[in-house]
Amino acid sequence: MQEEILFCNSGGCTAKLGAGVLERILSKLPKSEQKDENLVIGYESADDAAVYRISDDIAIVQTLDFFPPMVDDPYLFGQIAATNALSDIYAMGGDVKTALNIVCFPENMDLNILGKILQGGSEKVMEAGGTLAGGHSIVDDGVKYGLSVMGTLHPDHIFSNDGVKEGDALLLTKPLGVGIVCMANRMKAASVESMQQAIQSMTTLNKYAAKIIKKYAVHGCTDVTGFGFLGHLKEMLAKGYSAEIDSIQIPYIQSSLQYADDFYLTAAAQRNRNHVGDMVVFEHVPFAMQELLFDPQTSGGLLVSMDLDDAKKAMYEMQKNDICCAIVGCVTKKEVQNILVR
Amino acid sequence: MKIDARGKSCPLPVIETKKAMEQCHGTNLEIWVDNEIAVQNLYKLAQQKGVQVIDRKESENCYVVTLINKQIEPEQIAKIQHNTIVALSSETMGKGDDVLGKLLMRGFVYALTEVAQLPHTILLYNSGVKLAVYGAETVPDLQLMEEQGVSVLVCGTCLNHYGLSAQLVVGSITNMYHIAELLAQAGKVISP
Repeated sequence: MQEEILFCNSGGCTAKLGAGVLERILSKLPKSEQKDENLVIGYESADDAAVYRISDDIAIVQTLDFFPPMVDDPYLFGQIAATNALSDIYAMGGDVKTALNIVCFPENMDLNILGKILQGGSEKVMEAGGTLAGGHSIVDDGVKYGLSVMGTLHPDHIFSNDGVKEGDALLLTKPLGVGIVCMANRMKAASVESMQQAIQSMTTLNKYAAKIIKKYAVHGCTDVTGFGFLGHLKEMLAKGYSAEIDSIQIPYIQSSLQYADDFYLTAAAQRNRNHVGDMVVFEHVPFAMQELLFDPQTSGGLLVSMDLDDAKKAMYEMQKNDICCAIVGCVTKKEVQNILVR
Repeated sequence: MKIDARGKSCPLPVIETKKAMEQCHGTNLEIWVDNEIAVQNLYKLAQQKGVQVIDRKESENCYVVTLINKQIEPEQIAKIQHNTIVALSSETMGKGDDVLGKLLMRGFVYALTEVAQLPHTILLYNSGVKLAVYGAETVPDLQLMEEQGVSVLVCGTCLNHYGLSAQLVVGSITNMYHIAELLAQAGKVISP
């Protein structure tokens, strides 16, 4: 039985449309004259999921995410795609309730492969504490899988993207570089260790990091995915702040810097560079580290903005729980150059 | 030499070009690609390799990038600084917080791989030997430099002391006589 999935051109979050293109299209959509007051977060802000208030103390969070495979193993692909889809709920501060499968699958492919994908996905939904409630599948040329997820939270305790404050510390809860490592792996150039580390990272639910940061005052929070670290950081600063990043603090997957130096570069990373590049100033930052900061992350970690003291406490608690995290910079008042990386 | 990378997605055009650059010094390379992002990625390659690059748009979905792949001069190949030794006597850099010290050391070893001229030898002794054992984050960078001709020498006494002799994955074991000799003869010793 053939276990491996045929690759699409670009798997995981590298398959996202560019942020610039999306902004143009979304801004042209017709807007309803009557604004629904209960839609707390829609696509007007660059948030991770939509939030709708249904009562004074309950709001629902909705999100959907799916993409083509970035690893050969269908079971792992299912786990990664689900972990990535569930992440948006955690990035908003919510708890996962229900999930629906989204499946594209070629008519002639072995259905056991689909079975493995769905098994991996459903295990992650269970780990998240949610219930798989259904799904939808269509015949397509290439394999794609993901979830539509619904969660709940208190309307007063939403982690918005852009609630950052001057002086905040920026805490990153997963290492960067999974995009570059997966690309190097596709070209048979990645070491077993680095690929294992990437898979470990991509299949780790952000549930555990979210549980810890909820104990503190979170000012802003997002998950780092297709637009890369700097792309998502830019969204967090949208209300008129700047940031300074200390690149030596950035956690990264083993060998990912070498793969960047060997030019295993995705088109998506270059699109990210084009989208945010002119807002970023690099001071003595090597090329490979720059690439890492633009690298699209499949199922990346949370990027959290909070008081330095809180960030330190949260970081120590995460490290005790084997979560690879680091304080990577701080939020500053608005400067000409939005993001300074040293 | 012409490389037709149309219909191929990143990073293939860049990887194929990089291979061709290594194989055909002195030959200009003409790379055909079908999207602008690939053009930009080829520019990054050219900039990192320090070669001139120009591009023209032939038609919609057809771009031609030309790399002036100059013959690399022999002195450019000699990236190694002959009389320089880097001596790492600890797994941390500087005194103070050990978590910070380890992070700084990881950053220092990585930064060494990025500087224009590599040291002739990297000496690891006392807890510095832990930088070269299985699982250390500095191992890939040390391996990279070793591949480029840097001699990585590890103190055998120190490995024994820490019980790490079986876990050495990069560099070769040496003794104090050799270490003393190298340090005595070195023109420049860098001890961060």
